[in-house]
Amino acid sequence: MEIKRVKSPGGIEAWLVESHDNPLIAMRFAFRGGAAQDPIGKDGLAYFVSGMMDEGAGDLDSLEFQDRLQSLAMRMDFDASRDVMLGNVQMLTANRDPSFELLRLAMTSPRFDADAVERVRAQIVAGLQFDENDPQEVASLAWDRLAFGNHPYGRAIKGTMDSIEAISAADLKDYVRRVFARDKLLVTVVGDIDAETLGRKLDEVFGALPLNSTLARVSEASPPLGPTREIILMDVPQSVAQFGHRAFSRKDDDFMAAYMLNYIIGGGGFSSRLMEEVREKRGLAYSVHSNLFPYQHGAVFVGNVATKNEAVAQSLDVIESELRRLAEEGPSPDELANAKSYLTGAYALRFESSSSIANQLLWIRIEDLGIDYVDKRNEMIAKVSLDDIKRVAKRLIEADRLITTIVGKPVDAERNAAPG
Amino acid sequence: MFDQFAGAFDLRAGLILAGSSLASMAVAVALDSAKAAPRTTEFTLANGLQVLVIPDHRAPVVTQMVWYKVGAADEPPGSSGIAHFLEHLMFKGTEEIPPGQFSKIVAKNGGDDNAFTNHDITAYFQRVAKDRLPMVMAMEADRMANLRLSEEDVVTERNVILEERRSRIDNDPSSILQEQMMAALYTNHPYGIPVIGWEQEIAALDRDDALGFYKRFYAPNNALLVVAGDVEPEEVKRLAEETFGKIAPNPSLNGRVRPHEPKHVAPVRVELEDPRAGRLTVQRYYLAPSYNSATPGEAEALDLLMRIAVKGSTGRLYRRLVVEQKKAASAGGWYSDSNLYEGKLAFYAIGTDKIPAAELEAALDGVIAELRDNGVTQAELDRARSAFLAEFIYTSDSQSRMARHYGWRLATGMSVADIDAWPERLKQVTVEDIGAVARKYLVEKNSVTGVLTPAPARTSRGSEQPAHAVAPDRS
Repeated sequence: MEIKRVKSPGGIEAWLVESHDNPLIAMRFAFRGGAAQDPIGKDGLAYFVSGMMDEGAGDLDSLEFQDRLQSLAMRMDFDASRDVMLGNVQMLTANRDPSFELLRLAMTSPRFDADAVERVRAQIVAGLQFDENDPQEVASLAWDRLAFGNHPYGRAIKGTMDSIEAISAADLKDYVRRVFARDKLLVTVVGDIDAETLGRKLDEVFGALPLNSTLARVSEASPPLGPTREIILMDVPQSVAQFGHRAFSRKDDDFMAAYMLNYIIGGGGFSSRLMEEVREKRGLAYSVHSNLFPYQHGAVFVGNVATKNEAVAQSLDVIESELRRLAEEGPSPDELANAKSYLTGAYALRFESSSSIANQLLWIRIEDLGIDYVDKRNEMIAKVSLDDIKRVAKRLIEADRLITTIVGKPVDAERNAAPG
Repeated sequence: MFDQFAGAFDLRAGLILAGSSLASMAVAVALDSAKAAPRTTEFTLANGLQVLVIPDHRAPVVTQMVWYKVGAADEPPGSSGIAHFLEHLMFKGTEEIPPGQFSKIVAKNGGDDNAFTNHDITAYFQRVAKDRLPMVMAMEADRMANLRLSEEDVVTERNVILEERRSRIDNDPSSILQEQMMAALYTNHPYGIPVIGWEQEIAALDRDDALGFYKRFYAPNNALLVVAGDVEPEEVKRLAEETFGKIAPNPSLNGRVRPHEPKHVAPVRVELEDPRAGRLTVQRYYLAPSYNSATPGEAEALDLLMRIAVKGSTGRLYRRLVVEQKKAASAGGWYSDSNLYEGKLAFYAIGTDKIPAAELEAALDGVIAELRDNGVTQAELDRARSAFLAEFIYTSDSQSRMARHYGWRLATGMSVADIDAWPERLKQVTVEDIGAVARKYLVEKNSVTGVLTPAPARTSRGSEQPAHAVAPDRS
């Protein structure tokens, strides 16, 4: 796989993997900014914008725009994450030029017609009402509030009932004006297009965007230390718990070892310790897993478990003691070897389709890892030693400092519970 | 628009990913473009194992899938959930594979694996580097014949499955409603029994139930092997003969003969009030044939009808209810077209704030009546047909999606020739054909209506908000 750096005549850079095996083009792009740029009181603004991007642009109103998308068999999705606004576009080679033209309209002249704004607002509000009753969503949001407080990461990406009501078409336009700019744009493309053509298309699609963004400064988040346990009562047969603590950033020298450690703890499916101890040995849960989230302005280690109300306390005890044991003893040589062989071997599986390749490359760009990262990455994993990972286990894992949120009717899980 | 609800319903209804819905039928764009059709090779081993190979040499990886032609609708009465329970237990071990090691061995070799069950099929899959194909094939063949289960493993896993049921169904009122609607729609066919099983029956399943089901249905002459990716048919054939080829067929397999639905004579309503409902939701199911059970041409016409009616923001239902009448926040539906026996047409609408249930249901009825009375236009048909055909190009970009697409159809009654001729059959469908199936199947007596209403508020905390989307695995 050859990754080419393509520079458009107008100066927009994209990474391209040219592949003519299938008559399609997959494009992913991101604007740095994301939901962290939502003004206070306008939580959910970036998310709202992401839902408006196929609701009319240029001369085309919402219905005409969506008819056009369908007749071109084109796929166009936007998604707001904490640090970036993501675009995901797939088109058929046969419809290449009109598809890029439609994308240009969406990027440079979205309409935000009142009718469409109200429709999407109603969809977001309905979604929030469903989420309010989804124990996993409630546990996750409560956890973010405890871990990030007043930092933008502590606010809901999808907003609140009040903040969504407060957002106007002018706010949506303002977000686009501030964030959709060439200095914060990252593009990756895979598929049936050559570098020269792509260069021209990049200028057509993105060339009219302002050169410079106007982003608010985002401070560094510093999640407080637990133990903190918040219980939110909900009348469900199964409780959902989220637990975790601060972690370290993508730029940290120990990041790769921490990533491997997360695989060993709860990231590795049936090979993980939590799955072994909570599900396989004890049958306490169907699902238990962990993740490392290295956001741009603050990283966290977060896990989830769902178990019947009577077994929450026991499940969390098992999880805590496993974390403690791992911090103290570190992984075994076998666990390290298994993590290495999975993580290096399975890397190729992420490059199976044009769209998945474009996605991998986009995140390499977002996290600023370099165009040679795909070639270097497995080597970085291979060279992490047992001493390294034992040291990093002590540094990363804070079993006695967990922030935990529980949603359900948990039995005897109040230990360290915060008022809530 | 936010398509946040579309797909949520069919995803939650079974235990499976939405692999068999409308779009995945869009096969062989070859006929409409310069691009060659996927080169598939099919053969059958002497013991009856059906094999399909789909070469794709773009990345040095392969996807292996083993599809057993058995699902929850083949369970003995009173043992609901045993097909899915056995799927879990298949990861426990054999004489060769120590208990609990199956997935760990795959992972140590840089691979991903999993499995899924629905009413008609049970499928196991691995994605691995191509040089690990011999290993995972040997492992799949081994567990086709040599499963070992301890009493303790069975009991522990049963608790896991009870938790899975709580997560998927009991914690989610819209899943509870759908479980009830399915039970009402299928009065005689076992599709009315949930794939995961009724709670009290799951709780009573034991090792003998699992092994009995295994011995009865797991055999090479009841299975399909699909291998997609960086491999050629000759190599797959050699490997399959060395592994699966050694397993004796089960001579007592006698096909999947199940009771059919009788003629329905009255519509059914299911009304559920639940404080966790969030928003008023109205759903409507109609009994309708699947590709396998339909007379020739009917399923193709139904497929196009439903695409026009319910697909995304350009579908009739969304346009009328959400955009024009502003009675729904979202609306859509799907066609359960890959069932072995009778399928269904499904519609749903999620109300705008404070709309009465009767008004939302009347609006849904209006759109369905319009389809039934006036059919669709030629322009709608042309657009739906080309959209179907285009979607296959996207499917063919992923070897794992191709494996799933072909596997699903082959395991539920189609031949490769049927799959590849599908675009041609689609071209034969006229607006009259679509009008005819709309009149024939969108009839009240064949329907189940489900209404989910939020009960008065009860949360101890008023304004919890949802979680954020997260980035993909990124390291």
